[in-house]
Amino acid sequence: MRNVSAKQTQKMAMAGIWGGGIITLLLLIVIIGYVLIQGLPAVNWEFLTTNPKGGLSGEGGILSTVVSTLYLIGVTLVLLVPIGIGSAIYLSEYAPNNRLTRIIRYGIETLAGIPSIIFGLFGYALFVTVLSFNFSILSGALTLVCLLLPTMITTTEEALKAVSYSYREAALALGTTRWQMISRIVLPSAIPGIVTAVILCIGRAIGETACLYVTMGGSAAIPSSLLEGGRTLSLHVYYLAMETNAMDKAMATAAVLIIIIILINALTNWLAGRFQKRMKGLL
Amino acid sequence: MTRYFTDKLAKYIVFISGFTSFIILLLIALFIFREGLPAFSEIGVFDFIFGGVWRPGIDQYGILAMIVGSIAVTIVSMIMAVPLGIACAILLAEVAPSKIRSILRPAVELLVGIPSVVYGLVGLVLLVPLISNIGGSGFSILTASIVLMVMVLPTIISISEDSIRAVPSSYREGALALGATKWQTIKGVVLPAAKSGIGAGIVLGMGRAIGETMAMIMVIGNSIAFPRFTFRCRAYTDRQHSTGNKLCYRHPRERALCYRCRALYFYITVKQRSYYLP
Repeated sequence: MRNVSAKQTQKMAMAGIWGGGIITLLLLIVIIGYVLIQGLPAVNWEFLTTNPKGGLSGEGGILSTVVSTLYLIGVTLVLLVPIGIGSAIYLSEYAPNNRLTRIIRYGIETLAGIPSIIFGLFGYALFVTVLSFNFSILSGALTLVCLLLPTMITTTEEALKAVSYSYREAALALGTTRWQMISRIVLPSAIPGIVTAVILCIGRAIGETACLYVTMGGSAAIPSSLLEGGRTLSLHVYYLAMETNAMDKAMATAAVLIIIIILINALTNWLAGRFQKRMKGLL
Repeated sequence: MTRYFTDKLAKYIVFISGFTSFIILLLIALFIFREGLPAFSEIGVFDFIFGGVWRPGIDQYGILAMIVGSIAVTIVSMIMAVPLGIACAILLAEVAPSKIRSILRPAVELLVGIPSVVYGLVGLVLLVPLISNIGGSGFSILTASIVLMVMVLPTIISISEDSIRAVPSSYREGALALGATKWQTIKGVVLPAAKSGIGAGIVLGMGRAIGETMAMIMVIGNSIAFPRFTFRCRAYTDRQHSTGNKLCYRHPRERALCYRCRALYFYITVKQRSYYLP
């Protein structure tokens, strides 16, 4: 009797577990499928290459938002990548196991837990008002740097730590300084991992809305300088859906966003897989 | 000699960049206290947190409605997300053959990558009309909770899966050798051993739930009526006031209060952090 009931519970539990997996998969399919089916028909060459009309009309395409997004990502990366890599190098190669290091790590982890809107208000207070950059690409980019720094640092640190210790020992044994060892041996070996980190950050930057909403303004024109406002693709989705009620255009823009995200995910996975293989092959 | 100089220089530069994150954290804290503390003394912590009415026009500043809204949405979404997430994590770590895992894993990763506006948009177009069939306008705690559930799911799944994987296989072999079924092994041995990791996943998921702004503002409605409001929506609306006016905020005191919400939020984040840090 007991044996039978154990088997029955086993069956029920397995059904529940599979059910959980299937529901998760279905959720994803429904979301992506719905956006693509509703949005893709409206995506054509004209949509991609005209500027949105702005204001309260939902007319026009998405050209200026694409340009703003690229602009924003460019400025963000210029600041983010050096600081992020430097920070990761310090943590993985130099940091002694002491109180100061723990404080730095605590800072990074707390920063990772603060939500985007709080960064936005911080950016609004510091960059927009105190430093008076106004609502601009620069304010948005600086806020994004603060937001993305933890991701960049932790992912790069993982990549640096994956480089075998024998490399470092061999380099030092040949009489290099520590910096020569890092810049000529460790960093080049970790490059695919660092590229993965950068792409991960780009993905997050593309999807970010809340912190940019309060720092970048919503100008629909192509920004001509760093101190001019703009709107990114995801901000554009928000404006279309909430302020102009142009749901069809919002869906089309969302479809473009989803395709970009799928491509970025695929690229990250491919790179990470290659990196792992390379590290294993070398070990 | 120059390479030794470069070595020293690099060390300092790298140290400074290592410290940047901490400086940013300090700056955020500084701005919160500079802007938020004066308002605290003006109205009083109690009235602020337990005041039910937010109406700056008549000098009423209570964030209780937002707190209730935040807690309600978080609890309802966690009730849905936790069982689903743990089931999915067990499937990925223990049950599924590698072929299915190679489909499900990227799917979960993709769920993380989808921007929150897209979740909000789908919620707005697909879910809101659906929920309004049941009753009300459709902009509700329930709608927001469902959207949030999908958003926190990947966090719970991936962290739970990692911690289930970290359970040594000798535990499983021991249980199976004693004649336990697979489910008995999972329930009696694996899950208890992975308990702390799963807990961390749930706490992190809750962090994401409390912090989410854009998707929420799109599906929860923009009213300040009692339970329909959350922290982030408040902070968000404060910005809306600011755009309509050349001054920073419509009302200087409201601006201070906005910062006070942040102070409170920041405190919660730091507390929550210290809970699951080793």
